[in-house]
Order: sequence, then C-alpha cells, then structure tokens
Amino acid sequence: MIQPHGGTLINKELPKFEKERIIGELKEFKKLQVRPETIKVIKNISFGVFSPLEGFMSENNYRNVLEHMYLENNLAWPFPITLDASKEEIGDLKPDDKVILTNTEEIPIALMNIEDIYSYDKKEYAEKTYGTFNRKHPGVDSVFNYKEKLIGGEIFLINEPQPVFPSLDLKPIETRVLFKEKKWDRVVAFQTRNPPHLGHEYIQKAGLTYVDGLFINPVIGKKKSGDFLDEVIIEAYITLIKDYYPKDRVVLSTFETEMRYAGPKEAIFHAIARKNFGCDHIIIGRDHAGVSDYYGPYDAHKIFDNFPDLGIEPIKFRSFSKCSKCGSVVNDKICPHPPEMQNFFAGRKIREALQSGNPPDPEVMRPEVADIILKYENPFVS
Amino acid sequence: MSDEEHKVEYTTVSIPRPLAKKVKERMKGTGFASVSSYVTYVLRQVLSSIEEEEHSKQAFTKEEEEKVKQRLRDLGYID
Repeated sequence: MIQPHGGTLINKELPKFEKERIIGELKEFKKLQVRPETIKVIKNISFGVFSPLEGFMSENNYRNVLEHMYLENNLAWPFPITLDASKEEIGDLKPDDKVILTNTEEIPIALMNIEDIYSYDKKEYAEKTYGTFNRKHPGVDSVFNYKEKLIGGEIFLINEPQPVFPSLDLKPIETRVLFKEKKWDRVVAFQTRNPPHLGHEYIQKAGLTYVDGLFINPVIGKKKSGDFLDEVIIEAYITLIKDYYPKDRVVLSTFETEMRYAGPKEAIFHAIARKNFGCDHIIIGRDHAGVSDYYGPYDAHKIFDNFPDLGIEPIKFRSFSKCSKCGSVVNDKICPHPPEMQNFFAGRKIREALQSGNPPDPEVMRPEVADIILKYENPFVS
Repeated sequence: MSDEEHKVEYTTVSIPRPLAKKVKERMKGTGFASVSSYVTYVLRQVLSSIEEEEHSKQAFTKEEEEKVKQRLRDLGYID
C-alpha cells in the first residue's frame, strides 16, 4: 500500500492519561476559541489526513508553501494551513507558550505549543493561494475575513470533535486497515462535492476498471451558497451505490474539510489527503475544485506535471457527454461527433432542472438519485 | 515584517560544468527557467523518494489493527 505523504501517518491524539491530566489542569492554560472549519483542520491534522503536518504552519512553512508549494522538509504542499487570531485574543501569548484551542461551545479540543506568532499580508496570502484577490472568490473572501495574526505550532488532540456522519467517518488508519482487509493494493479516490450524475458514475467506474477498489470521499463542510447540502450528497451516494455498484469494490466515507475552491492547488491538496487515506490514484475531472472562471478547465490536470514526487497518480478525465450517434458516454478526445449530438453532463443544467422541482434528463442523472434530491425542499446551501 | 525578511533563502551548490551543460540541454522545451530550478526539482524528487523509503515501516501495531477492525465491523464496512 502507498505510504502516507512524508512516510509517516501522523497521530497527534494524546494518550488517555495525558488528556485527563490536561483537562484536570485546564484552568492553568490560556484558551483560544476557533471557528468550526478550524476544528476540522485540527481533527485532520490529529489523525494524519494532513500528514506530514503536525500543527498549524509556522512562518517558515507558510512562506515556503506560499512561494514554492513545498514545505521546509521538501514535501509538496499546495497552500497554507494556518491558525489566525486577533491581537486581543493573543494578548501576552508568546512562542513556547501552550494554549488550549476550544470550539465555539468552549469545549477544549486541542493543546497547541506555540512556535511563532506572525503578521501576514492578506492580499498576498489570497493571491498566491487562489491566483486572485477578488473577494467574490469564496476562498479569497475567507482569507480577508481572517484575523490579523497567524500562530504556528504543533497541536495535540484532547477531545475528538463529533463527526457529521458518524457511520461514515473513517480515519486514515481505518481506511488503510480496511483496504488491506479487502485485499485492495491499488485504490482510486474520487473527490466530490456534488450528488452523482451519470458522468460521475462513468468516470468512477472507468477508474475502478484499472484498480482494485474505489474510495468515494465527499467533502463535508463549509461550502459556498448554491452548492448541494452535505446530507443530500451522502443520501444520493448511498442510494446509487446500493443499486449500481459492486459492494466489495467500493467504500463511501466522508472527508470533513471546507471547500476552498482553489482549483488546481486544491486538486493537489485533495490528492495528498487521499494518499494519506491509502489511495494510490485519484480521479481529477474537468475544472476540479474550481469556481466561476478563475481557473482553466484543465489547470488541475496540468499542475500534476509539476509534482512527479507526489506519490499518488492522477487519473485525468475530460468532460463527458452522452453521444446520440455513438450511443454511449464519450468525451471530446474519443468521439468525432459534433456538439449537437452530445447530451452534456452539465452541472448548471442539472441544477436548473432540480431548482424548478423537475428531475433532470434520466440520460444525465439516475431517477433514483434525482428522487433523493427532489425530496428536499431546498437541497442547496443557502 | 518587510518583504526582504519574507524571502526564502538560497545557497550556491557547485556542479561540474559538463553536467550543467547537459542539464541546460535537457531543460529545452520544459517549463524550467534556470538550471537551478531544474536541479532543485530533481533533488526534491530524489530526496522525497529516499525519505519515503526510510519511513516505509508499518504505521500501526497488531493490537491497533485489531481495534480498528472491530470498529470497521461495528460500522458495517467489514463482516
């Protein structure tokens, strides 16, 4: 099985006695309340989804990643993973201090050893991460909403955050044991933030044809307005898999993280996380993790050429359509017929049909999946 | 903090002139702007594969594996 990124699966969960000791001494620590998306980052770092990261990036790593997309230890990493705080929250905290990171209900989640506290330029952070500083880009807007300082340092998990879908919440150590148990040597990951249409099904099954198992891993977390709700995506996949996938070849599990819409850079991030889950291939489609027209449709394909040391292999798919002449699902690379013969799996068209309360064309989306979506009064993020 | 302080530091490494010439030839038609960036790229590849090999030991013990299997059974992922 593929090794985790950097060779070691990071585990920052403290042993029980250490957790109890820290909880017993909570009064003695300063606290820093963090937002729900940051809690997900803490969980991902703690259980190795973000291996080799062991905490929030120090200034050196922040600079290296922003400039070169590499960590100080020469491992590829596409964008900063940072913890922001206001001057008031930081108060007299300084390097080498310990701070307890709490959730919005003030439950202690992790202990952090502060390595450094540093200033940063939001415009630079946004532009170098997203290729734009236009605040209409949801990722850019998040950066501009960050507080004025960044804090770097190693973290240690005290309380595991409650998963959104407990029965689908697998950690990398669990997926690795699962793949081994299923005797899957080669696993292809599928990243998604949408309920499946037939184009998705086609590329998943095409990818699976060449490996032992398919790992469908929807992103669960903060998304932009107009995206599908997490529960809609999950329910749609459960329904599709039940009727149309070989059960011994597919695993559905959630990846709790916010969507950043960083296009090609997010494709690298998605690949690293799936490598840590034990996948040696990842499907990269058209305009992967893109938003609006900030990135070219195949930028997320091209970027992998710059990272031959990534370990996980991208399986690059173009956009698919159903060709009336060929009578099958095709793409522009393999089909000679003109656009008027193609029924495109266009997300916009599917969304429009669903928004008007109608099922999309059954050549594009399976009726069972459409039924699931349509039973929601509003299946979209407001 | 000034822009100057933010810059990543570089150092000079000497390589034989014929090798540099060869690298220059090899770079043609690639996106690399300089011999330095090409050599950095190659070194990163080599170092990363060595490091991965060094760390290629089992990530978990038998006991941990059994505990994980039980949870996977409880969740219905394995029988």
